[in-house]
Amino acid sequence: MSFVKTTVSAIALTALAAGTAAARDNVQVAGSSTVLPYASIVAEAFGENFDFPTPVVESGGSSGGLKRFCEGVGENTIDVANASRKIKDKEIKACAEAGVTDIIEVRIGYDGIVFASDINGQNFAFQPADIYTALAAELPVDGKMVANPNTDWAAVNANFKSQPIQAYIPGTKHGTREVFEEKVLLAGCEETGAMAAILEINGGDEDAAESACMAVRTDGRSVDIDGDYTETLASIESNKDGIGVFGLAFYENNTDKLQVATMSGVMPSTESIAAGEYPVSRPLFFYIKKAHVGVIPGLKEYAEFFISDEVAGPDGPLAEYGLVSDPELAATQAAVSAEETMK
Amino acid sequence: MTDHTNAPTFAQTPRIKKRNAAEKRFKGYGLTAIAIALTMLVILMGTILTRGVGAYTQTFVTLNVDLLESKLDKAGTRDPEAIAKVTTFGYSPLLKAAMDRVVAEHNIDTGLKSGDMAKILSKSAVSQLRDLVLSDVSQIGTTVKVKFLANSWIDGYLKGRVTRDSIENNKNVSSAQLDFVDALRAVGVVEKKFNPDFIFGADASDQRPEAAGMGVAMAGSFFMMLVVLFLSVPIGVAASIYLEEFAPKNWITDVIEVNISNLAAVPSIVFGILGLAVFINYMHLPQSAPLVGGLVLTLMTLPTIIISTRAALKAVPPSIRDAALGLGASKMQTIFHHVLPLAAPGILTGTIIGLAQALGETAPLLLIGMIGYIATNMPDGVSAGLFDPNSAMPAQIYEWAKRADPAFYERAWGGIIILLVFLISMNLLAIWLRRKFERRW
Repeated sequence: MSFVKTTVSAIALTALAAGTAAARDNVQVAGSSTVLPYASIVAEAFGENFDFPTPVVESGGSSGGLKRFCEGVGENTIDVANASRKIKDKEIKACAEAGVTDIIEVRIGYDGIVFASDINGQNFAFQPADIYTALAAELPVDGKMVANPNTDWAAVNANFKSQPIQAYIPGTKHGTREVFEEKVLLAGCEETGAMAAILEINGGDEDAAESACMAVRTDGRSVDIDGDYTETLASIESNKDGIGVFGLAFYENNTDKLQVATMSGVMPSTESIAAGEYPVSRPLFFYIKKAHVGVIPGLKEYAEFFISDEVAGPDGPLAEYGLVSDPELAATQAAVSAEETMK
Repeated sequence: MTDHTNAPTFAQTPRIKKRNAAEKRFKGYGLTAIAIALTMLVILMGTILTRGVGAYTQTFVTLNVDLLESKLDKAGTRDPEAIAKVTTFGYSPLLKAAMDRVVAEHNIDTGLKSGDMAKILSKSAVSQLRDLVLSDVSQIGTTVKVKFLANSWIDGYLKGRVTRDSIENNKNVSSAQLDFVDALRAVGVVEKKFNPDFIFGADASDQRPEAAGMGVAMAGSFFMMLVVLFLSVPIGVAASIYLEEFAPKNWITDVIEVNISNLAAVPSIVFGILGLAVFINYMHLPQSAPLVGGLVLTLMTLPTIIISTRAALKAVPPSIRDAALGLGASKMQTIFHHVLPLAAPGILTGTIIGLAQALGETAPLLLIGMIGYIATNMPDGVSAGLFDPNSAMPAQIYEWAKRADPAFYERAWGGIIILLVFLISMNLLAIWLRRKFERRW
């Protein structure tokens, strides 16, 4: 029976060790899968250059990361949440209710969102209006909202060759979806004059008109991809007529399979996004719990290293991977070193 | 009396012919089914092997690097702390110089600038060089010969994945660089070799797929299996012995029995949600820790072990128990001296199959924070192995399959080979144990 005794004591010891094993010594990060590659590049370099252990970077989406961030203060909660969008007021409130009051917001740079299709297919030059006309759920026609009748790109814009409309767009849990809706669908809606037509139909209700503009058709012509860009790529490889929405960095790693479409006549690149010419881009953020600074070793150093010129600057490894560096990086650096929290 | 009773026994009456034909057809169906299953298996294995085997070799670039004092130790004091202040960024000029040197040594004619030449190296080269210098600062001022990894695009070129056509629009690599690599290959500076770091190394960031390895995730899986083994076997066996040998047959034990069978069929992600709520949010165990992963997988494995242990105990003939009891053994003596040893092979088999199942499980790990860029530090002891953040083999494969650089895809397939080797050897062990120790009555 000594075996049973040993196991029981082993279990007891493990439980005891669990109680005493406090003092986490590595930074824990979670959140947006768009920020994950950048965060992992920084974490790796941080582990190599500092005496702190390599931070742990988990994925889980912007919303998932911020939800865990707002669970409370303490060693078994994460220190940093990555997000491909700004934190929402709702989330700040949830944070405050759990005791997470002082949050430091750090903007690391910008990320471009591109439309790409199969390398051997048609070369597209999109305007936001084209995407809106092709993918909106309902279009205003003669004073009435009708279900989107377009099934071919040639019907959307006479400059396109005939090709069935099939789009793979990020699902609603992605921060990318929001940018797609605001910078492409809404912009296209206004460009085509559909916005004005919708306002006329619904009697001037702007909120309703905006959501009508951003509603995506659900008849199978547009497919929500809840997974990662690899899934979007696989969809395009199996359906050569498909158009997919990707991050710029992902496209740049897969140029042998994809060709990118211009938007409003601008070719997406880190340069055109930095210059503000390419319209579909968004800032990337991470959020730090101020209460953990000084408690978790290396947290502040990690944040400062992340936005240092040699990492996040225009010649740094992040820019090389596809991040568009922030022209106001110096201001962010100053804010982080002063530990300025959000108002 | 009907006719057929008068027919000779072996005559082929139409009825017998029909029955024989039916039997032949049935055999045929069976063979077809097996043939289909085997073809699928061969296709699966073939795909995994052809796609994954590339991950085990890697392209290396061997260079002579001058460890310039002017870059690494300006004061000339050889103070390790001062030298440690030079970050990895400070080492890239040395690599550029080493490239210029190799070009001069071998009289290679290339129009590339030294910066573009150095880009054929992995991004891990600078940290490799820095670690080398910090391990012995007296090397500064000398020239060392170092074997660096080539970056994933160059590696892909040597493996045939990257061609001059496919990189037409690629900003990561140019065809001038490929020409340069061809020249270096001709003089033996660039070569493809077996890469043990894929099996034993740590995960790497999105920028250096060539440096990513499975080793740390393997350690994570190992510690999780340790927890599963030490918790689920005693608990599972004790529960089964009680249920099988001591428990009265009433509605309570019936309810327990039904529930155990149900638990065995519960999707594993449910155990992950439970683990997050109980172990992390309520008991405050650390996130991403193999201990928590092990606890969650224990919950998942327990029903499997209980069911197979009970079956093994049931298979021991009652006469053995009766004989022991008849000779005056107590119930506990009967169980521990006679029943349990005879049931042991069955219990072992069930345990190993349960462990193999747990080893390949990803879904519950998703919720307790074991997927991402996590498997970076090799644990340096049992406590670190249990508590420090780590990933597991299937989670690491899943993570690689998601990343943008196609080189990670190859590594995901390579990782599947390692995982399969473990699963197959565990199942073989289970079969072997059963064959060796099983007794029939």
